[in-house]
Amino acid sequence: MSIHMPLNEHRAIEDFQLSAHDDHLEPGDIILDLENVSLAFGGVKAINDISFNIKKGEVRAIIGPNGAGKTSMLNVINGFYHPQQGTITYRGEKRTAMQSTEAAKQGISRTFQNIALFKGMSTLDNIMTGRITLQNKNLFLQALWHGPAAKEDIEHRLVVEKIIDFLEIQHIRKTPVGRLPYGLQKRVELGRALAAEPALLLLDEPMAGMNLEEKEDMSRFILDVNSQFGTTIALIEHDMGVVMDISDRVVVLDYGRKIGDGSPEEVSNNQAVIDAYLGVSHD
Amino acid sequence: MPASGMGAGAKPVTFPQYLLLNAKRLAGRPAMRFKDLGIWQTWTWAEQRDEIASLAIGLRELGLKEGEGVAIVGTNRPRLYWAFAAAQSLKAIPVPVYADAVAEELAFVLDNAGVRFAVVEDQEQVDKLISMTEKVPSLEVIIYDHARGLRDYDHDNLLDFTVVQDGGRAKIASDPAVLKDWEADIVASDGSEISAILYTSGTTGQSKGVMLRASASVKAAEDTAGFDNLTDRDVVLAYLPLAWVGDHYLNYAQAYVSGLCMSCPESTETVAENLREVGPTFYFAPPRVFEGLLTSVMIRMEDAGPFKKRLFKHYLGVAKKYGEQILEGKSVPLMGRISYFLGDKLIYGPLRNVLGFTNIRVAYTAGEAIGPDLFSFFRSLGVNLKQLYGQTEAFLYVTCQKDGDVRADTVGPAAPDVEIRLSENGEVQFKSPGMFTGYYNAPEKSAETLTEDGFVKTGDAGVFDQNGHLKIIDRAKDVGKLTDGSLFAPKYIENKLKFFPDVKEVVAFGDGRDNVCVFLNIDLTAVGNWAERNNISYASYQELAGLPRVYEMMREHVNSVNRDLAEEPMMAGAQVKRFLVLHKELDADDGEVTRTQKVRRGFVGERYAPLIEALYDGSTEKYVETEVTFEDGRKGKITATVKIGDAETYPAAGVKEAAE
Repeated sequence: MSIHMPLNEHRAIEDFQLSAHDDHLEPGDIILDLENVSLAFGGVKAINDISFNIKKGEVRAIIGPNGAGKTSMLNVINGFYHPQQGTITYRGEKRTAMQSTEAAKQGISRTFQNIALFKGMSTLDNIMTGRITLQNKNLFLQALWHGPAAKEDIEHRLVVEKIIDFLEIQHIRKTPVGRLPYGLQKRVELGRALAAEPALLLLDEPMAGMNLEEKEDMSRFILDVNSQFGTTIALIEHDMGVVMDISDRVVVLDYGRKIGDGSPEEVSNNQAVIDAYLGVSHD
Repeated sequence: MPASGMGAGAKPVTFPQYLLLNAKRLAGRPAMRFKDLGIWQTWTWAEQRDEIASLAIGLRELGLKEGEGVAIVGTNRPRLYWAFAAAQSLKAIPVPVYADAVAEELAFVLDNAGVRFAVVEDQEQVDKLISMTEKVPSLEVIIYDHARGLRDYDHDNLLDFTVVQDGGRAKIASDPAVLKDWEADIVASDGSEISAILYTSGTTGQSKGVMLRASASVKAAEDTAGFDNLTDRDVVLAYLPLAWVGDHYLNYAQAYVSGLCMSCPESTETVAENLREVGPTFYFAPPRVFEGLLTSVMIRMEDAGPFKKRLFKHYLGVAKKYGEQILEGKSVPLMGRISYFLGDKLIYGPLRNVLGFTNIRVAYTAGEAIGPDLFSFFRSLGVNLKQLYGQTEAFLYVTCQKDGDVRADTVGPAAPDVEIRLSENGEVQFKSPGMFTGYYNAPEKSAETLTEDGFVKTGDAGVFDQNGHLKIIDRAKDVGKLTDGSLFAPKYIENKLKFFPDVKEVVAFGDGRDNVCVFLNIDLTAVGNWAERNNISYASYQELAGLPRVYEMMREHVNSVNRDLAEEPMMAGAQVKRFLVLHKELDADDGEVTRTQKVRRGFVGERYAPLIEALYDGSTEKYVETEVTFEDGRKGKITATVKIGDAETYPAAGVKEAAE
């Protein structure tokens, strides 16, 4: 069965919005607020009494040396780790202990430091999996691809095709992702995260291991996602040039503590940050 | 021709007139296809007319006037093709520019043509134009097709394509007479206006704007569409650069006069896949595309199992023996016919299918000389590949080959209604129906190119063979002599070397010198695959190019070319003495090749002068520093120690006989 689309409806990308998790927040309102959060694994304090917030519509970077607690922070935000202390408020609601699937349903999606795609599946199928939390028709009908389930599937496919178009990966639509180069796999992973139409997108080192050109492409996509869909983005990144260029605000962690928070300029002029991370000597 | 080109059953004389005609006679036939969101979308001729009408009226509302240039920058997308027809319908002049041109090149063309309006594909092109605002003071309105990333741009003089079309539609809805007037204006044209300015690729210097008249362009396209019997049942894949005369002619112009369907690929990376899906009946590709296809086929066969390899080799032999004769309908022994039939079922048919060539009726190649073996390879598989010789100044066709009278070493007799002659120094000159009216803004250059009696000088050296077929030897100014007086035609030697799948580009030197030396570029795909199969590791192009085993391979290629050259009395003196493998690929961003991938010989010679010196002074290696330009325009440096190899030369065949 072919998917029927009305003829000549060149669907302009500008009409394309990812708004399944639309909320009533205005850009600039606080979407996620962490207060005095601490997380320990036995004696190791991965996160120690950290407070910061993420505002709707911004690109928020989390930086810090290896082992500073950045990924733990992301895992706390998407509900994979549960902090022993502190409160997390997401879209005005205080969060209790919950599963990461619930976080996904509430519009938080993410990518991983070491790509977590289904290697044997095509790009298209991988991105389709991002729609799972938005599919709500009967599983039995879905399996038969019949009636309302088929209609729903076509709608999801349309969104996925728009994401493929947006990320310019048409040429690998049917390629198993295991055969793709690293930079493209990262892009597919971003596509899958976008497919969930997130209100808050978490990116764990989206540019790790990329060459300059791939980094520039990825930066462009991140900025485009942010400006076109208004998606709030929190990202971890080691490339200082990239962080300073694309983020609105930066929080700096070191040994589980927050040592700096502010605009890229403020942070790069902060002596504690320079000592811990940027590695410039004292005057 | 009466003033109303379409009155009283007369033939249309402009492309918009053909648009109106096709929208009537072929209303429901497909005019344009575009793969969008993974599905082929179709516009019929009637729908295409409506799209173009709303765009044209929208543009006129914005102030586009008769005689003005409209820059069109981007890859092959329906909306950009519509911009051509929309501009032409208002007697404005489309000025297409290569999508991969860097900002300076783009600015040069736009400024030279003095355009106020630009229709561009996406953010990349918008960024380039915005960065060049100061250099193009005339530019007022930028219209973009793909809005991604442009949301937060200042939209004062930046417009979405749909906004312009909506403006046109609103105008039509408010006053139906607008549409009638638009059509009446189109019909009233006598075809004397300029229908496009195409900028030459600039092989020999700064590019020049070639002005083409509407009626001449239409006449040329009608001639060749008739020559190859193109109809509305034909399909092409429009994947060639919009700004190149080949695309504008073969796709746009021939589509309008014959009513065939143009298909635009989903993206530049999906062309091969889309070719398979569309299955065009008319296909054009420059020789390097066929080279690339042959290379990829051979590489994949290298990885096949032994049985498949033997089968492939056997039937390739059969095809070589009988294929071309069968294609041309000549007599072939019954056993040959049976073998070829089996080969067609087992190998050629599936191979054509994989390449997207199953439905091809006519395929052309041009732009550069094609290796005879390469040419025969595709013909022997049953692809009706022919050569044409053309120029932007001719609106493409100067010569083309007739079905059944095709040869690899000539470009065929004069195309319909074209006159060709050779000047005293062997330069090809022609007069054709589609001939240009002059270079835009450069009357002195037009005067240089045109002879007093109205022929165009091509700058190519050629000869006619006994059948009246034209044979192009080289650029007239590139043909030279060695110090011992032997003829040196660099392109001839380069093409022989380039037929080896692992050689990508060659530059030969020798004019005014004692012997011939060459620069080689290896083909990264082919040599990379070879390295992989032989467990040779390499980190970069540079490292791979410098490997001793790669040099050994190249030496064998050069030796075998020398053996070939020794067989030809004219060329035997110009055998290659020494060679080197360049440490970087020749790149258009560095100005080493044109955007159409033609080597800029003079520039390469200057840039690598130390290497040429080393070739001739007998050194075995040379340290060089080379400045490179990255895609975003920033510059960097690469350094390398390039080794130099010696080749064997052979006594000329004639000489040997004389000695015996």
